[in-house]
Amino acid sequence: MKARAFSYVRPTSVGDALGAYAQADDASFIAGGQSLVPALVMRLQAPSLLVDISRIESMKGIALHDGWLRIGALTRHFETLTDPLIQKHAPLLSEAAPYVAHPAIRNKGTLGGSVALADPAAEFPAIMLALGAEMEIAGAAGSRRVAADDFFIDLYQTALEPGELLVALHVPVVKEGQRWAFDEFARRRGDYAVVGGGVIASFDGGKVGDVRIVFISVGSTPVRVKAAEQALIGNSLDIGAIQRAQQALETELDPPDDKDMTSTMRMHLARVLLGRLLERVRKSA
Amino acid sequence: MSAPLHSIDRPNSYIGRSVTRPNAKRLLAGRGRFVTDLVLPRMLHAAFVRSPYAHARIVSIDSTDAKAMPGVRLIATGENLRQLCKPWVGKLDHFKGMKSSEQWPLPVDKAVWAGQAIIAVVADTRAQAEDAAEAVMVEFEELPAVVDIDAARAPASEIIAPELGTNLCFNLRLDTGGIDDVFASAKHVVEDELHFGRHTAVTMEPRAILADYNASEHQLTVHHATQTPYQFQDLYSRHFGIPEANVRVIAPDIGGSFGMKLHVYNEDMAVIGLSMMLGRPVKYVADRLESFLSDIHARDHRVRARLAMDEGGKIIAMDVDDVTAVGAFSSYPRSSVVEGNQVVRLIGAPYNFKDYRAELSVVFQNKVQTSQYRAVGHPIACAVTERLVDMAASRIGLDPFEMRARNVIPDGAYPCASATGFKFEALSHEACLVRLKAMMNYDALRQEQAELLKQGIRRGIGIAAFVEITNPSPAFYGIGGAHISAQDGAIIKVTPSGDVQCLISVTEMGQGTETIIGQIVAETLGVEREQVKVITGDTEITPHGGATWACRGAGIGGETALQGTKRLKLNILSVAAAILQEKPERLDIRNGQIVDADSGQQRIALAEVARIVYFRSDTLPPDTNAQLTVAHHYAPQGYPFAFTNGVQASYIELDAETGFVKLLKHWVVEDCGRVINPMLVDEQVRGGVVQGLGAAFLEECLYDETGQLTNGSLADYLVPMAVEMPDIEIAHVETPTRDTELGAKGCGEAGTAAAAAAALNAVNDALASLNTSISQIPMTPARLLRALGHA
Amino acid sequence: MNDKMPITLTVNGEVVSQHVSPRDTLADFLRSALQLTGTHLGCEMGACGACLVLIEDRPIHACLMFAVQADGMVIETIEGLNDRGIIADLQEAFHQRNALQCGFCTPGMLVTAYHLVKTDQASSRELIRDGLSGNYCRCTGYEAIVDAIEKVASARKADAGRVASEEVGA
Repeated sequence: MKARAFSYVRPTSVGDALGAYAQADDASFIAGGQSLVPALVMRLQAPSLLVDISRIESMKGIALHDGWLRIGALTRHFETLTDPLIQKHAPLLSEAAPYVAHPAIRNKGTLGGSVALADPAAEFPAIMLALGAEMEIAGAAGSRRVAADDFFIDLYQTALEPGELLVALHVPVVKEGQRWAFDEFARRRGDYAVVGGGVIASFDGGKVGDVRIVFISVGSTPVRVKAAEQALIGNSLDIGAIQRAQQALETELDPPDDKDMTSTMRMHLARVLLGRLLERVRKSA
Repeated sequence: MSAPLHSIDRPNSYIGRSVTRPNAKRLLAGRGRFVTDLVLPRMLHAAFVRSPYAHARIVSIDSTDAKAMPGVRLIATGENLRQLCKPWVGKLDHFKGMKSSEQWPLPVDKAVWAGQAIIAVVADTRAQAEDAAEAVMVEFEELPAVVDIDAARAPASEIIAPELGTNLCFNLRLDTGGIDDVFASAKHVVEDELHFGRHTAVTMEPRAILADYNASEHQLTVHHATQTPYQFQDLYSRHFGIPEANVRVIAPDIGGSFGMKLHVYNEDMAVIGLSMMLGRPVKYVADRLESFLSDIHARDHRVRARLAMDEGGKIIAMDVDDVTAVGAFSSYPRSSVVEGNQVVRLIGAPYNFKDYRAELSVVFQNKVQTSQYRAVGHPIACAVTERLVDMAASRIGLDPFEMRARNVIPDGAYPCASATGFKFEALSHEACLVRLKAMMNYDALRQEQAELLKQGIRRGIGIAAFVEITNPSPAFYGIGGAHISAQDGAIIKVTPSGDVQCLISVTEMGQGTETIIGQIVAETLGVEREQVKVITGDTEITPHGGATWACRGAGIGGETALQGTKRLKLNILSVAAAILQEKPERLDIRNGQIVDADSGQQRIALAEVARIVYFRSDTLPPDTNAQLTVAHHYAPQGYPFAFTNGVQASYIELDAETGFVKLLKHWVVEDCGRVINPMLVDEQVRGGVVQGLGAAFLEECLYDETGQLTNGSLADYLVPMAVEMPDIEIAHVETPTRDTELGAKGCGEAGTAAAAAAALNAVNDALASLNTSISQIPMTPARLLRALGHA
Repeated sequence: MNDKMPITLTVNGEVVSQHVSPRDTLADFLRSALQLTGTHLGCEMGACGACLVLIEDRPIHACLMFAVQADGMVIETIEGLNDRGIIADLQEAFHQRNALQCGFCTPGMLVTAYHLVKTDQASSRELIRDGLSGNYCRCTGYEAIVDAIEKVASARKADAGRVASEEVGA
């Protein structure tokens, strides 16, 4: 398994990276490479130019700003477990991180890479959706921010146009009284989830205020289940509310049959998972 | 002769001790010597163009563009290689009526499985070879793919090998007679249809071969990641027309094999031919995707079975129909039939009943070839048997342990034979069951299970009894016409400095062969084991022998080393006696010293005897015949197999809402005869259990309706990893074989033989409270959800 | 595209300058150009852990990096760890417990074990198994490896405790 030949450049600025990409016939950006390199050595992809963005300083770093946490796209997965700002202000990320692949992958893989690839079975894209994050994108026309709700479009397709770079993730900081849970059913530790999900909810006088519920491995993108959210908003998080939220999944999720599971089984697992996540949130008060 | 008793206080007593492996230190330092690590001068690399179709005629090949690419040295087709290599047929004579088609290194007419190597590309680097392989243009005419075991036998089916006229490789019937009547009149009959997933070995080190043909000497040297260099020396010699003396096969460190690296692979044969064509070393290492595609598969069975029981809970008969899917041709030289043959002959083996009928159908498919892989057939036989025994127990409300107690062959009943004709010297089912029940605190577990069920937590306990074939005689392969030796040889010598070297034909794959041979030699001779060096795996240096498979290393290799060392010791004492003017029978060797046998008084160092023999033979008394090197061969006598036995237990927790199973604990009580190194034996058992648990829950090769392997990567074919596997507690009963002085039997495959069966019974135990069951492994969440009604 | 590019990096304490093709992985570079064959290739796609090396003292898959990406980096392989003596207790524990059989996964296991013990992620069997989740072994079934790492973690803690109390006591 050896990759086809390619040329390689390693720009030190976003501008140079965008330029290098634009000039090539067929380029790919590489950061952590934990998903790209397997694709290259299996010859599933064969760009003529690899633009290594892993040393662009402006894409690194984690900083608090105006109620948002700006997380540089080159932040490596393991940093979600060790960085004090993330642990304090975006704990749902830290909660999901142990499920992401394996320790050595987490030592090199980047948040930006994971979100830009948008594998529907990946944890971090779903967490971005759950948190209502905004993606900071640099392109030929300049810089823009896209809300997570608008970022994930289809299988491996995001709001990123070819040649654009995801430069940073802006995550709203966790508020006082917010509670969350993340879990997945996976065959083995670190495997892509058979079904996974995350919940983050704020409470207002014992009743659910805001809530965002996301699922992974149920479609071609991470999926936010607004109907289930609606079933909870304004209510106490009691057994009745949880059951209504579970039932609401019927209207929003339509996972395909695949070689591992039928659609019916996945729906069943999604219901079970949601029940367990909400139960965990209920008990964590 | 029974094994002599050894006091643990006796100096140099190593047999029975958990000593460490001397040859593991280099592996810990990153200084292992695997074929993949070897570099020879002017070495080239091979890659292969593979068939995208499961069944297709090769219409044309255009390699013009590929030949012109950078670094390319040679592109070879089946037509090129058939000039150099005689074809082979994977048949064994003693499987009467067996059919298989002639095979060449690379096919000439058609591809018969998706992923089959069609064309070889040799280049300066592997990357360049892969580049060129992409540029070879092959025109195929797709043919219907045979992918279903029933459709394959239907009259209208496409026939893979038209010259055979059938897709049925082999059919066997065993019948003690009157079975239908026995079942008709039985008080209870239980039956089931069990499905077993197709497996692959997934060794950490993929297949690797480095062939070096030297035209100036007509000499072929092959560095081969194989369990059996001797088989390949003979095979390469015969098929490539090179005199046996000119073929050297060296097996260095092997990164796992489990039987997979025993078989002839098209790529390996091609690489020999490529080296001959180029006159340069050619290396081929299967990458992981190629491993999934082209390593032998195993264990693809559908078994319909029933068991008849009387009103007292005694098993009276079993009746079995086993259909197994192999590849497009039978593997060579060990055939693809042995596994099925072992399934039908091992079913019911622990139990005391006489009436048995079995039908085996081995069916060709347009898939990769299958052959022997750890515990060959045992896992299927054990799961079928133990599932039915549990069903029978349940039918009359008997506890699983009680059911076994009533039905296993009693420990005092030996020697006896199974209903299938296997001769048992002495097994210990009863003792093992008693030991297991105590060890796992069975009653407490049942109580815990009941308590937790009240809280809605479903635990399951399952047990499985098994027998295992070890130490095979020539009855295994030799009588079938295969050049697979059932004997072993050792050359044992004292070196000039008084150290000891043992060159022996059994082989090392990490299981500890070299270590246990060293223990046996050191103890038998009377030296410290640090003084003994064991050398294996080089046909130019070690005697020709059976090597390692079917758990023969400890029992047969060990006996070879033991007997050879005894003869060496006699020679040493004879010389020492001459030097000391003493009677040899008054002397002994302890801690490397020749001593007075009665008093222990040191008389002369072994090193000194060696020095005299090697450098001062002028000082020896006249007519002293100093033979400090001994060669000894040993072929198993007595029982055709040294059967071992044991019983395993699995404790699981089933999440009935999700179909996910947590493995809480696993136990094994095993009787492999005399245990030479308890730590090494236990680790073999543990590794084997985990492979069996992988089979139970995770592993299966999935094919689509066109014969494509759809999950051929480490991301999709799931192998056991650390988090999901339980701790495994192991105990032993020791019933030595009297066929050898050593008394050791084999143990390498025991863990795999029964682990899946125990797990299957445990899961069904948990499902019983929900009035459902499962009869298929792997027991995936999807299959469990289906059983639980969540499909 | 096939032009070689110069890289300079530090491997096992030694500065190395070589020319590599961009598509050469770090694993292939280490094994071939530097003949450090202790780093093994089990899958070439980051699933098995046989190729783990240390970069910035963290285990990284050498098969998932191109050598050109490692320009300027500091790399340590199993050979470096061995020669430095820093994993001697782990190697001894593995040896005594027979926490290896064929040895092909062992370098990667030792790299992971080194990191787990060093960063205090080996304080329970459960944690150790979790830390080993990316290291595939087909021979041992993992239990002996867990035993060996548990033993070393425990011994190092005891040593640290002894040193600490000696410092205090003195």
